[in-house]
Amino acid sequence: MNVTSIVLWGFVATIALTTIMAVSHGVGLTRISIPFLLGTIITPNRDRALVTGVAFHIINGWMFAFLYAAILEAFGRTDAWIGAGIGFAQALFVLAVGMPLLPGVHPRMVSEYYGPTPNRRLQPPGFMALNYWRQTPIVTIAAHVVYGAIIGGLYELASN
Amino acid sequence: MLPPPIADYAVIGDCRSAALISREGSIDWLCLPRFDSPSVFASILDPDRGGRFLIRPTGPSTVVRRYIEDTNVLETTFTTASGVLRTTDVMPVDSEAAKARELWPDHEILRRIECLAGEVQVQVLFAPRFEYGRIPPRIDSRRAGLFYCEHGARELSLATDMPLAAGAEQRTLAGAERLTAGGRRYFSMTYAHAMPGVLAPLGAEADRRIERSIAWWQEWAAACRYQGPYRQAVMRSALVLKLLSYSPSGAIIAAPTTSLPEKIGGVRNWDYRYCWLRDASLTLRALCDLGFEVEAESFLSWLLHATHLTWPRVRMVYGVFGESKLAERELTSLSGYQDSRRVRIGNLAAEQLQLDTYGELLESAFVWLSRGGTLDRASRSNLVELGRAVCQHWREPDDGIWERRAGRRHHTHSKVMCWLALDRLLKLHASGHLRVPEQDFSRERDALRVEIEGRGFNGRLGSYVSAFDGDEVDASLLVLPLHGYTAADSSRMRSTCDRIRECLGVDSLLFRYRESDGLPAGEGAFGICGFWETECRVLQNRRAAAGRQFEDLLGMANDLGLFAEEIDPHTHAALGNFPQALTHVGLINAALTLEQADRA
Repeated sequence: MNVTSIVLWGFVATIALTTIMAVSHGVGLTRISIPFLLGTIITPNRDRALVTGVAFHIINGWMFAFLYAAILEAFGRTDAWIGAGIGFAQALFVLAVGMPLLPGVHPRMVSEYYGPTPNRRLQPPGFMALNYWRQTPIVTIAAHVVYGAIIGGLYELASN
Repeated sequence: MLPPPIADYAVIGDCRSAALISREGSIDWLCLPRFDSPSVFASILDPDRGGRFLIRPTGPSTVVRRYIEDTNVLETTFTTASGVLRTTDVMPVDSEAAKARELWPDHEILRRIECLAGEVQVQVLFAPRFEYGRIPPRIDSRRAGLFYCEHGARELSLATDMPLAAGAEQRTLAGAERLTAGGRRYFSMTYAHAMPGVLAPLGAEADRRIERSIAWWQEWAAACRYQGPYRQAVMRSALVLKLLSYSPSGAIIAAPTTSLPEKIGGVRNWDYRYCWLRDASLTLRALCDLGFEVEAESFLSWLLHATHLTWPRVRMVYGVFGESKLAERELTSLSGYQDSRRVRIGNLAAEQLQLDTYGELLESAFVWLSRGGTLDRASRSNLVELGRAVCQHWREPDDGIWERRAGRRHHTHSKVMCWLALDRLLKLHASGHLRVPEQDFSRERDALRVEIEGRGFNGRLGSYVSAFDGDEVDASLLVLPLHGYTAADSSRMRSTCDRIRECLGVDSLLFRYRESDGLPAGEGAFGICGFWETECRVLQNRRAAAGRQFEDLLGMANDLGLFAEEIDPHTHAALGNFPQALTHVGLINAALTLEQADRA
């Protein structure tokens, strides 16, 4: 694995992904904020959660880049389309499997079976995170596809 | 066959969905898994095709109903010539901690019947119909006493210890049995979506679920601080509000039904299974003043975060998770309540512009913060953005609080609520809760007052008017003193109250307006408007008149203390969606204002 290359392009891809998600959130395309969801695992304070979550998300994205690099090495070639495909698969997995599971592992999130106790915590994302608005899956998939495409297109294989 | 009068219904629920049960023991309305999901039973909107779950004695009976004290557990007692039968209906609830210790169904409706005296022949009809009556599912049996039906990923199961048999084409279950004194039977209907169903046991275990539900509701109700003379009515209203709250998000829906008509046979039939912002601050005030701070906090959190998609513009209605596009469409498969077409799902009002929602949101935040609540930095910053949006848009005409479909106007009530939005922001600035551009907001607030006093008050009539430069009054003007825009006993407000009574009053009731609103005429008096007038009268030191009016209005609830959106001014029949949060919010606030006046 070309560690220098994946550290560099993994970071760039993570910044791109985080920015796309943040802009989509800011302009009202979705209510999902992955940094906020991650940050509130650690602290209930919304202000601190966002800061912690962004840091957590960037480190997370960086780490995931190594997995992408490993897959590209296994393919024996790099290509933005391959990267985009991996990103698409990851986003689909996160939305279809990860999001519905989140209430079970997140200490500050309720499930859709919650009630009648009033909810002072986070709303459940639901299947494909559709509870955070119907464009959420599109935005999430698009961001991960870009993430994957950057790594797939710019990562240099160790064998080159 | 006609469905019973709207007031003949009771409601049970689990804070995620609700069922309407008639005096005859028939569940005629139920949507699963959410309030706004497609129906499973909808015979209230079409007795032939909607689907129902009926349990009642065969032959004539007299019926007495009640909720077990301080609960949403319904007891109906049927007295027949040969005996007495009691049904207990509940959607079981318990604490989250208790639910974490054992497996619970997604949703359950538990019905218990007991013969209290003599003997009673009981008949049962179970006819689920998915998708608003369009899908009559095939009902199969897994073993004796356990039936199920499916539609896509949705499954309904019915477990019972009473013998039932499938009817023609297995689309219904029916049965009859003679119960003697002491005899009991149970019916547990459970729902599952995309997961294996969870069956809830019958017998003693079912009794235990009923007892636990009663205990949960009573424990919840014990937090109520109201100690005035109308405790029973206030408590029932609080229980209705709680029932209409959607726990996973904190939203409070307007009503659990769609298309119950504001005029029988008319077209004013709307889907109310969503959350309106027009009464947000009054709802928050009611919850806080009653002592339900957790519900208030949860509701405010929903207001501030679920509405994020459209910030800094605020829509007037949202779905329970903050959905802002609620496409309206007609259900041609259902004939409508007593043939009142159209039957609608979704609500076009979501597309309207209602400037008063800014005032509602900021007044809600003000009430919360001034009572010691806190908000995070992002929320505080969003509130300031709302103020900027008000400054930018208040000069535009809007559709107004009543969602008229007759074109936009400069509604006086909307302008007052814009004034309120800026006033509350400036007060929060002064108290150090947040920082606003003080000069800009002060200038716009003062400009609003000049406009309202100049063009929203008609000197010839001596009254504030519905729209700028107009000559019609509107009952929404009664909230001006309730929000602190003007004193209730100011000469302008006194004459406005007199004018509203003169133009819109019938006995203790008020219509909301008389003008054409773009739809065929004909609707009932508007429930909350009478309660607003009661509050104004209290604030004008007309306590005796206020008390008489309040008690008159209480007398127009059904036998269980439930109100619809509107009331027929002549027959006092309930009209519109049922039960209606807005009317119950009005009741609570009027009772609180009366109590405060009495204490003072």
